[in-house]
Amino acid sequence: MSERKIRVLVAKPGLDGHDRGAKVVARALRDSGMEVIYTGLRQTPEMIAEAALQEDVDVIGLSVLSGAHMALVPRVLELLRANQQEHVKVFVGGIIPDEDIPRLMEIGVVGVYGPGTLTEDIIREIRSAILGAPTA
Amino acid sequence: MSLAAQVLDGNRLALARLLTQIENNTEAGREAINELFAYTGRAHLIGVTGAPGTGKSSLVNQLARYYRDPAQGATTHTVGIVAVDPSSPFSGGAILGDRVRMRDLAGDPGVFIRSMASRGSLGGLATTTATVVQALDAAGFEVILIETVGAGQAEVDIARLAHTTLVIEAPGLGDDIQAIKAGILEIADILVINKADRPGVEITERALRGNLDLAHPNRRLMTEFTESGHHGAPVRKEQPDNNAGYGLMWSPPILRTVATEGIGIADLGSEIERHRQYLVKTGEYKRREQTRLASELELMLQASLVRRWRSTIPDDLYQQVLEQLVDRSLSPWQAVQVLLAGDLSI
Repeated sequence: MSERKIRVLVAKPGLDGHDRGAKVVARALRDSGMEVIYTGLRQTPEMIAEAALQEDVDVIGLSVLSGAHMALVPRVLELLRANQQEHVKVFVGGIIPDEDIPRLMEIGVVGVYGPGTLTEDIIREIRSAILGAPTA
Repeated sequence: MSLAAQVLDGNRLALARLLTQIENNTEAGREAINELFAYTGRAHLIGVTGAPGTGKSSLVNQLARYYRDPAQGATTHTVGIVAVDPSSPFSGGAILGDRVRMRDLAGDPGVFIRSMASRGSLGGLATTTATVVQALDAAGFEVILIETVGAGQAEVDIARLAHTTLVIEAPGLGDDIQAIKAGILEIADILVINKADRPGVEITERALRGNLDLAHPNRRLMTEFTESGHHGAPVRKEQPDNNAGYGLMWSPPILRTVATEGIGIADLGSEIERHRQYLVKTGEYKRREQTRLASELELMLQASLVRRWRSTIPDDLYQQVLEQLVDRSLSPWQAVQVLLAGDLSI
């Protein structure tokens, strides 16, 4: 039982109440053998960073459908750096306009997944980001 | 600075990383625990178990709030929380959702919450939960709340780990409550009927009380481990009751709570404290520590012996024996004998 498990925090920062997408992704990651810490709705960036620290996660998936992603996501990344957790890979899902994606990637987000993304793609990209496997 | 030294220094990131090393059973984790073990044994370990959906996580949330800010005059305590949820038997993955109910605790540096997946262990905890608890203990958390997976009948490992075990029930589990109780009621030091604002709470309480009255309020699980080795059967130690108010036997109280509203939590907190004092005054506290450490040692010894022995057995012999087992030319017992002898010709 010494096999390394990928630990993922799935969180919804901000005030929108649409958690279907986050739950679908959490479930898919579970089914791919990852340990998913699910924190539920209406989390502040501070709560997310604190949970990421206590749980020592490898990955954070943020789901934002409120349009506040350009405020919330940079704040989470900033707090991770402050906590010396810059190694944690951050993925963003939800309703993210195309023009915001380059900016998010620039500040350190590893992937942005809009509606219609295949869960297999998310799983493969998380694996490759963590374990360094090829993204074929 | 070593990982262990950083943990002792109060570094939360180091603690989180150590817990991962422990969960993954790494050499680094074992080394750190070797250093930290001398600092353990100070925390009050409180187990919280019960069927899925009875409100364990919400109750843990409220208890943690209580310890951080107790009723008049009582001292505050720092709180470590270990919440175990099941791993999928198929994918090995898990959804660890206990934090959803613990959002009140965010931002408090006196609280540290760690979610764990059971990783195939069936007793309601993960195999590394005891060690994770030791790390939190060494890190200085004074009260450690350990939440098991949603438990039915046989998930009783928690009683061996915790000093005080709470079994959480809820109204409306109906007549089959009798069935649920058989295993898990025995390990309760305190019974909690959560969601007590729901209809049927009297029926649940009557059923629980009836069952307790039938049962011998004994430390059954614990005696089995401490004393059967010497005498073959559990032996009751008769001691004069010279502590007024602390009888020889602890009879589990039944409490009502509504965790989402914070109702009944202060009473629960004082019953937990009363139980702790009972354990200390009767010497049971030490006895439980001994029992727990003995059974931990036993398990680790077994695992180490098997690993060491296994490394001396050639893989081809093992495969041969396995094949013969599969085609029924050896029985399982014969296979064991062949492997222990290291020779197929016996």
